[in-house]
Amino acid sequence: MSVVLAAAAAALFGFGTWLLLQRRLTRTIIGIGLLGHGANVLLLLSARRRGRPVFVGAPGPFADPLPQALALTAIVITFGVTAFLLSLAWRSFELTGDDLAEDDVEDRRIARSRVLADEEVVDEELLAAELADETRVSIDEEAP
Amino acid sequence: MRALIPLPIVLPLAGAGLSIALGRWRWAQRAIGLLVLAATTAISIVLLVRVDRDGAGAVQVGGWAAPGGITLVADRFSAIMLAIASVMLLAVLVYAIGQGGSERTRVAFHPVYLVLAAGVGASFLTGDLFNLFVAFEMMLTASYVLITLGSQRAQIRAGTTYVVISLVASALFLAALALLYAATGTVNLADLSVRLAELPSEVRVAFSLLLLLVFGIKAALFPLFFWLPDSYPTAPSPVTAVFAGLLTKVGIYAIVRTQLLLVAPDDRPAGLILAIAALTMLVGVLGAIAQDDIKRILSFHIVSQIGYMVMGLGLFSVAGIAGAVFYIVHHIVVKTTLFLVSGLVEHSAGTCGLGRIGGIARRFPLVGWLFLLPALSLAGIPPFSGFVAKVGLVQAGVEGRAWAVVAVSVLVSVLTLFSMTKIWGGAFWGEPQVEVEPEQAIVARWGGTVPMLGATTALVVLSLAIAAFAGPLYELAERAAADLLDPAGYVGLVLR
Repeated sequence: MSVVLAAAAAALFGFGTWLLLQRRLTRTIIGIGLLGHGANVLLLLSARRRGRPVFVGAPGPFADPLPQALALTAIVITFGVTAFLLSLAWRSFELTGDDLAEDDVEDRRIARSRVLADEEVVDEELLAAELADETRVSIDEEAP
Repeated sequence: MRALIPLPIVLPLAGAGLSIALGRWRWAQRAIGLLVLAATTAISIVLLVRVDRDGAGAVQVGGWAAPGGITLVADRFSAIMLAIASVMLLAVLVYAIGQGGSERTRVAFHPVYLVLAAGVGASFLTGDLFNLFVAFEMMLTASYVLITLGSQRAQIRAGTTYVVISLVASALFLAALALLYAATGTVNLADLSVRLAELPSEVRVAFSLLLLLVFGIKAALFPLFFWLPDSYPTAPSPVTAVFAGLLTKVGIYAIVRTQLLLVAPDDRPAGLILAIAALTMLVGVLGAIAQDDIKRILSFHIVSQIGYMVMGLGLFSVAGIAGAVFYIVHHIVVKTTLFLVSGLVEHSAGTCGLGRIGGIARRFPLVGWLFLLPALSLAGIPPFSGFVAKVGLVQAGVEGRAWAVVAVSVLVSVLTLFSMTKIWGGAFWGEPQVEVEPEQAIVARWGGTVPMLGATTALVVLSLAIAAFAGPLYELAERAAADLLDPAGYVGLVLR
C-alpha cells in the first residue's frame, strides 16, 4: 500500500512539474494543484499506524491524527491560493486576450541593447520572442 | 513577558478583521493600521529588551505540551528580527498613506498589509516547522494580493511569476515536512533537533540540503533568485520596499534557524553554503550593473546582499553569525529606505528609468541626501552601518580562513559602489530631463508629501543610529549568535 501511495505521490509531482513548464497559465495552475496533491499524499504517508480507525475509543490503537490535520491545513491553503491564481489568469486573459506567460519587457530591452556586442545571443532570444508572438497571434485569430 | 509573545501575531490579525469591517471609512482603516503597528513595534521592542535581559521565553498555545502543541518561542535572534521588522512595517505604512495610490483607491490594502505583518511576526516567533509553513503562507498570500493590487498588465505578469515560484517552494516545503515527519514523528523544531540526531548521517545531510533548497527559493539564493528582480520592481514603491526589506529576510531567518538548530555541527554543508554565498553576491551585483532602472538595480542588489548574510552563516562561528545578524538588521533598514527613495524619485519625476530622469539632487536636495546616505551605507563606506557589518563579516571570514569568499565579498563591495554611482550619476546629477509639474505644492518644493519624506528621513536616521550604536548592537548580535550556536538552550526551554 505504501509503495502504491509513494508511486502516486511521485507521479503527481512528475506530472505537476511537467505542467508547470507549460507556457499557458491554466496548465501551470493545474500543475501547481497536482504538486499540492502530491505533497498531501506524502503527508498522509508519513503517518504512524496507517489504516487504523480514526477515533479514540475504537478497539485497538487509533490512527495518528497529526498528518491528517496537517494535510487538511495544506489543502485549505492550496485551495485559497489556487482560487487567487485563477483570478490572476482571468485578469491576464482580460488584459491580453490569452493566458500565455509573458516575457519580461525590461529583460527584452536589455537583451536588445546588446545587439552590437553579441549578435548571436540576441538572435536566439529575438527568435524565441517572435515565436511566442506568433503563437499569440494565432490564438487571437482563433478567438471569435 | 510570556503574555507578550503571541501579541505581534494576534494584534495585526485582529486589526485586519476590524479593518475589513470598517472598509468604508478610509480614516478608520488608517487609524487601525497605524495604531496596531505602533503597538506591535512597542511590544516587540519591550520583548527584545526583556529577552536580552532575562533570556528566551516560550509559550505553549492553549496549554498543549510541547511536541504536540503549537509553540511560540522568542529568543534573542527572533526578538531582534521582530523588532526591526515591526519598525519597517510602521514606517512603510506611514509612507504609503502619504503616497496615496493603491492605499487610497483599494479597500483591500490595509487589511492585507496587516495580515502580512502578522505572517512576518508568526514566522519569527513560531517554534514549529509546520507553523512556519502556515506563517509563510499567510505572509505570501498577503504579498500576492499586494503585488497585484493595481491589476495593471505589468503587475499581473510579474505577479504570476512570483505566485507560481512561491507556490512551487511551498509544495517542496510541504514535501520536506512530510518526509521529516515520516522520519522523526514530530514537526516541533526543538523536538526535531533532538530526534534528527538519532538518524543516520546521510539522511540528516539530505534533510539539511532539502531545507536549504526550500528556503533558498524564498530567500533568493543563487541559482534560485531569478524570480526576484523580475517581480519586485512592478509593485507600488511602498509594497516593493516592505518586500525588499522583509520577505527575503524571513527566508534567511528560516535558513539560519533550521541549519543551526536542526543540523548537527558535523553535517552542516559549510563549503556548499559559502560557495552559494559567493555566487549569490557576484551574480546579483553583476546583474545590477547591467540594469537601467533604479528599482531593478536595487532589486538585483537585494540578491547580492543576501549573499553576505549567507556568508556569515556559512562560516558557522560566533563571529560569522553575529556578523550575519548585524548585516540583516543593517540591510533591512537600508534596503527599505532605498526603495522608499526610489518611490520619491518616481513620485516627483514620473519614472525610475535612468535614461529618462536627471538633476534630482539639484531640484530636490532633500531626496538627494536621503538617497546618498543609505547608498553609501549599502556599498560599505565608513562610517555607515554597512561598513561595520562588512568589516564584521570580513573579520569572521579571515578568522575562518575562507579566503575566497572574503575576496569575493570585497570585490562585490566595490561593484556595489559602482552601481550606486551609476544611479547617482544617472538620476541625481546632470540636467533635469523631464519637467513633470507635480500637482501639490509640497511635492513641487521638496519632492514628496510630508509623511513620505518623514518616514524616509526617520529610516535614514535609524540607519545612522545603527552605525552610531554599532558597539552595543554588535554585542547583542554576538549574544544572539552564541545562543544560536548552542541549540541545547532552545531545546531545554521548549521541551521543559
